[in-house]
Amino acid sequence: MKKTVFLGALTVAGLAAGAAAAATLDDVKARGKLNCGVTTGLVGFAAPDANGNWDGFDVGVCRAIAAAVLGDAAAVEFVPTTGKTRFTALASGEIDVLARNTTWTFSRDVDLKFDFLGVNYYDGQGFMVPKSLGVSSAKELDGATVCIQTGTTTELNLADFFRANNISYEPVPIETNAEAQPLYLEGACDVYTTDASGLAATRAAFENPQDHVVLPEIISKEPLGPLVRHGDNDWGDIVRWTLNALIAAEELGVTSANVDEMAGGTNNPEINRLLGTEGTLGEMLGLDKDWARRAIKSVGNYGELFERNIGENTPIGLSRGLNAQWTNGGLLYSPPFR
Amino acid sequence: MATYSDPPAESFKLSQLINDTRYRSYTFQVIALIGIMLLLGYLISNLINNLQAAGLNISYQFLGEPAGYDINQRLIEYSSQSTHFTAAIVGVLNTLLVAVLGCAMATVIGVVVGVLRLSRNWLIRTLMSVYVEIFRNVPVLIWILIIMAVFTAVLPQPRDFRGANATASMVGDMFAFTGRGFYAPMPYFETGFAQGAAGWVVVLAVLVGSWLAARALGRWAARTQEATGQRPTTWYITAALWLVPLAVVLYVQGLAWEYPALKGFNFQGGIFARASLIALWFALSIYTAAFIAENVRAGILAISKGQTEAAASLGLRPNRIMNLVVLPQALRVIIPPLISQYLNLTKNSSLAIAVGYMDITGTLGGITLNQTGRAIECVLLLMLFYLTISLAISAVMNVYNNAVKLKER
Amino acid sequence: MSKSDLSFVRTEMLPEQAPPVTEQGVVKWLRENLFAGPINTVMTLISLVVIYKILAGITPWLANGVWTTSSLAECREVLQGQTGGCFSVLTERWNQLLFGFKYPVEEYWRPTLAFVLLMVAITPVLFQELPRLFVATAAVIATLVVVELLAGAAGLAVPTVVIGGLGYWALARFGAAQRGGSIAVSRKLLLLTGLFPFVGYWLIWGGTVLAPVLALAGVLAGYMAFRRFEAASFAMGLLGAVVAAFAVWYLGGFLTAAAEGVLALPEVPSRDMGGFMLNMMLGTVCVSLSLPIGIVLALGRQSDMPIIKWICVVFIEFIRGVPLITLLFVANVVLAYFLPPGTNFDLILRVIIMITMFSSAYIAEVIRGGLAALPAGQYEAADSLGLDYAQSMRLIILPQALKISIPGIVNVAVGLFKDTTLVSVISMFDLVGMIRGPILASTEWNGVYWELWGFAVVLFFVVCYGISQYSQWLERQLQRDHR
Repeated sequence: MKKTVFLGALTVAGLAAGAAAAATLDDVKARGKLNCGVTTGLVGFAAPDANGNWDGFDVGVCRAIAAAVLGDAAAVEFVPTTGKTRFTALASGEIDVLARNTTWTFSRDVDLKFDFLGVNYYDGQGFMVPKSLGVSSAKELDGATVCIQTGTTTELNLADFFRANNISYEPVPIETNAEAQPLYLEGACDVYTTDASGLAATRAAFENPQDHVVLPEIISKEPLGPLVRHGDNDWGDIVRWTLNALIAAEELGVTSANVDEMAGGTNNPEINRLLGTEGTLGEMLGLDKDWARRAIKSVGNYGELFERNIGENTPIGLSRGLNAQWTNGGLLYSPPFR
Repeated sequence: MATYSDPPAESFKLSQLINDTRYRSYTFQVIALIGIMLLLGYLISNLINNLQAAGLNISYQFLGEPAGYDINQRLIEYSSQSTHFTAAIVGVLNTLLVAVLGCAMATVIGVVVGVLRLSRNWLIRTLMSVYVEIFRNVPVLIWILIIMAVFTAVLPQPRDFRGANATASMVGDMFAFTGRGFYAPMPYFETGFAQGAAGWVVVLAVLVGSWLAARALGRWAARTQEATGQRPTTWYITAALWLVPLAVVLYVQGLAWEYPALKGFNFQGGIFARASLIALWFALSIYTAAFIAENVRAGILAISKGQTEAAASLGLRPNRIMNLVVLPQALRVIIPPLISQYLNLTKNSSLAIAVGYMDITGTLGGITLNQTGRAIECVLLLMLFYLTISLAISAVMNVYNNAVKLKER
Repeated sequence: MSKSDLSFVRTEMLPEQAPPVTEQGVVKWLRENLFAGPINTVMTLISLVVIYKILAGITPWLANGVWTTSSLAECREVLQGQTGGCFSVLTERWNQLLFGFKYPVEEYWRPTLAFVLLMVAITPVLFQELPRLFVATAAVIATLVVVELLAGAAGLAVPTVVIGGLGYWALARFGAAQRGGSIAVSRKLLLLTGLFPFVGYWLIWGGTVLAPVLALAGVLAGYMAFRRFEAASFAMGLLGAVVAAFAVWYLGGFLTAAAEGVLALPEVPSRDMGGFMLNMMLGTVCVSLSLPIGIVLALGRQSDMPIIKWICVVFIEFIRGVPLITLLFVANVVLAYFLPPGTNFDLILRVIIMITMFSSAYIAEVIRGGLAALPAGQYEAADSLGLDYAQSMRLIILPQALKISIPGIVNVAVGLFKDTTLVSVISMFDLVGMIRGPILASTEWNGVYWELWGFAVVLFFVVCYGISQYSQWLERQLQRDHR
């Protein structure tokens, strides 16, 4: 009798589960808000300002998706995640998309069952040291104490790098970027290592940024991009093509300033298709025809987003480098909107 | 004439399941069992569904794969090529290390403070009460972070020792107190027949030998005392038994000291206690000591004054009263809560993660969990480890309680 | 009285001589308490040196404190190399420390009001009789808080309550309260306590007022059903109560869904809660939830039904055997796998569930101690009156057992309140999380450790020491009855 009860419970639960597993797009629309996972705070990429409003490069991607899907760039609930919680938060459905500088790796894509939907920042791991140490190359770091964020690929790259160069180091594991800053500044570690963009952002927040240098070595490839759960390809397509729309918009010269004007119709059929004046690309995604227009209008194209948050005129001061359009010698290359 | 017969066999009615106390307990138990089974079944089926939907599974294979990360404090051989399992063992040993160190120091501080709280000296008594109240009433996590902040912000970093106008210097060229940890000279054997760990085994063996000899001497003295009434003076023989063999073995082995020195980025050589270890150790000790002090005080107060007076009327001297009468009885009261404080300290050591000390929560529950994404497996193993420790400690406590139970006849 | 002629008879008593200087007044006290013997003298001197060192370090730090700058650099400029605390981090980040960095600024009055109401609601539970002084202090504090709320300085209300409480404590300590007499607390005030969870929920989370009203209606319906069926048996009463409550909630669900905007306060999602408010919330909610669960578990463990007993034993021992932090990991990274897909439990709810489980296991053990301490005669007396299990527990056993366990329960509550800081480890921004994360990492306040940690220490000390003093006071009150 106990067994039948047990099985009965299983069946009921199974049915409930089957009924509840709906498409992410429908969930988001029903909720009226996009749940977007971001870092707990990295200036320029995702950080709350004094009033608790999130701003930054990754935040822009979230807002673009919200604008495309819900028509309101403010309809985003930002969920701060750490290196530890980010994957569970996504896998368990707490967030719909993870737009936190997360490196696209084989095992995360295949073993952890996530879909990476493109790259919004091509990065690499670097080292920052105080100028006073007089170090000019990462190979001189034998015996140094290194602060690292745990749960990231940087931790593994670091072990590989020092092993390959046959030098020793003392790792100091740290949970968040915020905790690493005081340790590094007070001299509890000689070196701080993370993605080069993160180093620039961290350095920019220092009182005297010029006292610190980022070493020339980049020891890894860190393609950072948004990711979603495996299996919901419709939702994945929306996120992927929203990102591509931002990139293509820059290539095509569509900006937040001229997008309304261009949506009236242009001579370039690709722009017309992107902005919905021609074709039915939006409908194919399960959205309306203005989806890309709203996304671009609310956060600007990729270039605007970059310049506003992390570009050379911001305190973070990153140059485009690898993240320039392919036409300018960079790696950004959106598939055609056709 | 009365006849006896069995009472008429009652037919079983369904209402008896609720109203008849003989059957009611079965009804409740079956309901409870079904409820629990339903709940567990529900949770497990959800788990299976969720894992299936995500295409994941439960598997412990990751434990055999290379961990890929480095650990700063390791008591056994470990490199980034070792397996996740080895990393977990490194974590277990680090947990046990800080727990044992913490328990020892907490006991010492706790006993001293507990006794001083009963002191006749008003100032000392008040100071100790202030200590106990302050440390008991503030979360241990805050203490850990504060002590870590002392390391980060107050103590000089290696860079302050460097250069011509260094702002910090070593103590007697032997000890260095830096923000990254404490350095002390390390003894090692230069010329001996047994090097490294083997050398220490030899020293330990000699010490055990000395201890056995000293015990035999003590027995002989006791026997002599019983036979003649005079206790022979043995303290200088005991001292010689301890010191001479030790000195000889250390000389033969060629004891030398390795001093820490600033080389490159850090001090090199000597014994190094990391800031994270010390912060955790100190914070856990002073926090737990505040509780232990209260236990000790309560234990001593629990011994009725009559015991002391009775002992005094037998002509015992004050320190003998303490050793032979009060303490043995007080220990019966003190030790059970003391052991549960040890258990608390061990569990609190999981806060290591807040200062980056690589205990089991930091390795298995931290980096391994992050890198492999095997959250369920890691958390299960983690709980199992702590559960084993606390069950073991409770078992010890039960054995002790049975041993010291008042034998009532 | 005749006057004597004999010259050698003393006619009046000699005046009493003062005792030797060393045996009276301050000197005697000093001799006995500070300088009794050489060891004591040495210890006293050492303590004096220690105290002097501490005071010498802290006094200039406090006295030269800077309260008005907006960053550490400015603060250092003002100090010009002198020792002094940069307490301006407290004034500048005051609201963040108390409410977290995301709670909407214009809604600060809501949690503040909820906090004050909590104080009001908890008073009839804590004190059977109120000293007059207490009532007077409470009235003054309440007026001040209302004024502050109206003036828009919600952040000031909490210190007002804390300082007022300290003031009352100090006055009561010096005996003023005893002379003032006391007022018996009306039992009707307990109704306020019953109402508080619903009001508190509405104030802090916002949303339509219908939701808490409905929840309250469900509870009332359950209570009425319980009274109705209680005569049949306790179990029937309970069953009836549960069915009635759920029926009301289910039906009412349609109503609230239809009328979302009725008397609605702006909703605040729970992930926006933070600061000391989060610690208070977790502490209050989890302790009050774990009390009933703890009682049930303790009774279950004492039960002579083996299956129920073992379920309780396994649960209690499992929870007590693992550190809270692993349970928080479960809440953080594992629990979601055990819930049906698509359920979106927010983190705070998951954390509340795990902390409640944790503290109910500890409370169960305390109550079990209370149950075991009751003499067997009480159980037998209840049985001999013909009371059934539920009646004997409710009317005879539990009232006495709970009374014995109150100090233990308060200890668990204090421990739990301290443990709420652990949520900072799973990246929630409670007081400790706020200090470690957003404040210490900000460009303006990078490196202000002592002011912030000192503040955290003071805040926790005031609350926890207050609670433990109350527990000792209560213990003395209860002891009186047994003499």
